[in-house]
Amino acid sequence: MDTGDTAWVLASTALVLFMTPGLALFYGGMVRSKNVLGTLMHSVFAMGLMAILWVIVGYTLAFGTDVGGLIGGLDFIGFRDVGADPHPGGFLGQTIPHTLFATFQMMFAVITPALITGAFAERIKFSGYVAFMSAWLLLVYAPVAHWVFHPDGWLFKLGALDFAGGTVVHINAGIAALAVILVVGKRKGFGKEAFVPHNLTMTILGTGILWFGWFGFNAGSALGANGLAASAFLATNLGAAAGALGWALMESRKERKATTLGVASGAVAGLVAITPAAGFVGPMGAIAIGLAGGLMCSWAVGLKFKLGYDDSLDVVGVHLVGGIVGSLLLGVFGTVAVNEFGADGLIAGGGLALMGKQIVAVLATLAFSFIVTMGIAKLVEATIGLRASEQDEIIGLDLSQHSEVGYSLNETAGSFAHRADAAPAHSTAASHVVVTQGGGA
Amino acid sequence: MRLVVAVIKPFKLDEVKEALEAIGIRGMTVSDARGFGRQKGHTEVYRGAEYQVDFVPKTRLEVAVDDDQVDEVVKAIVTSARTDSIGDGKVWVIPAEQIVRIRTGEKGGDAI
Repeated sequence: MDTGDTAWVLASTALVLFMTPGLALFYGGMVRSKNVLGTLMHSVFAMGLMAILWVIVGYTLAFGTDVGGLIGGLDFIGFRDVGADPHPGGFLGQTIPHTLFATFQMMFAVITPALITGAFAERIKFSGYVAFMSAWLLLVYAPVAHWVFHPDGWLFKLGALDFAGGTVVHINAGIAALAVILVVGKRKGFGKEAFVPHNLTMTILGTGILWFGWFGFNAGSALGANGLAASAFLATNLGAAAGALGWALMESRKERKATTLGVASGAVAGLVAITPAAGFVGPMGAIAIGLAGGLMCSWAVGLKFKLGYDDSLDVVGVHLVGGIVGSLLLGVFGTVAVNEFGADGLIAGGGLALMGKQIVAVLATLAFSFIVTMGIAKLVEATIGLRASEQDEIIGLDLSQHSEVGYSLNETAGSFAHRADAAPAHSTAASHVVVTQGGGA
Repeated sequence: MRLVVAVIKPFKLDEVKEALEAIGIRGMTVSDARGFGRQKGHTEVYRGAEYQVDFVPKTRLEVAVDDDQVDEVVKAIVTSARTDSIGDGKVWVIPAEQIVRIRTGEKGGDAI
């Protein structure tokens, strides 16, 4: 046990948690004002739902004793035997308490499903969202995390590299986003009406929080306070920086103006791209990967109009494409000079071996996640219902799903709604007002 | 009595207000409005997708005046709101049948 390592991973765990409200703001600013709370809720509710599911069964499916390289056994169900000693597998976080490793991983399990929600924003029924997210965590996220992160997982043993979740988090969430929107369909008016972001200042604040939290995500994935963490920290910052510049560069060529949303999107695209590579590449490699992420993602977000799928907030264009860019370029820029547990890519003289393994990991994640996610989405749509009704969609998710509004800019909003057994609605006596919450009667 | 209504560029509001105060106008009502005329809207770009925004932000200004002040008020608004570029807005005058000051109950010209 190392107190310094433990302190850093504790701090990183809090940083990764903070990314999810950051994501909420990032997404929330991009939707129309009638859907702002519904969109924030898709991330914020995940902080509750995913944390509980993770402790009960998600963690053990991902990090329990290996079953055939495909999934974890049930030995850590309910965090049983997850205590102050390190993970018994002999590889994961051997200098920090098992409780801490499992909690650090919890925060990844919170944000990954939340990433998907940007794709189906503005048209999802809340109960369907809860069912979809729960099933997705256990049936898609946990197995893929096991394959890649667990030392006995089949992709880990193959030698495919993923430092902090390029396949597990970003490709996984990105391809799942594509599968689910193919099931739920386009928003009413997609491709005809202008869906203009209602508050990009909120999106920029969210970008800043994501960038900040990402240091925990990537540098925390070193699972220690050491040189590798510092290297990953630097690579993370350079990935974001180069991504922002890359997107702006593409825009200034195509539209002649750099946009604020473009720079924010580029920073996130760069962060996505550097995620799998953060602990395996040097600073110049990180810049190249971030730049490629910004350029490729800014091109890819236009595909939805050409191909006709409605990915509301570009989860496919940013997370799927950025994740693939980073995972494959790791095969070019990877070097054992940065991390002895890594591998040499093309430039460091490792040939195409690493690239081949990366391609296998990418394709396996794409295929598994797409198929299982589509199955989950279809099942939820056929039973509980995943797509909101047309009327609810027109009213907006805030009012139709949550009975509240994000912005109340008018003082004359109305009067108390009364219970049927209380005084008449137009009674002038204030004492007759009945508050239905908190046992007011 | 007349109601003078003007739709102007929002950044011109201060100049128009000062011009009206300079000729003795002591009250007015403004509200945010959106609209388009010959200028049409403008283009906005989000992640590479271009949108035509038809309704652009404008300020709507209303001033109640006596009949003999109308020409002077219209001239003050037109002069101060003009930028000579497209989208400067419009002014129109409509008859006001009755005007009442709520606090005192004064009516007609006394209520202006």
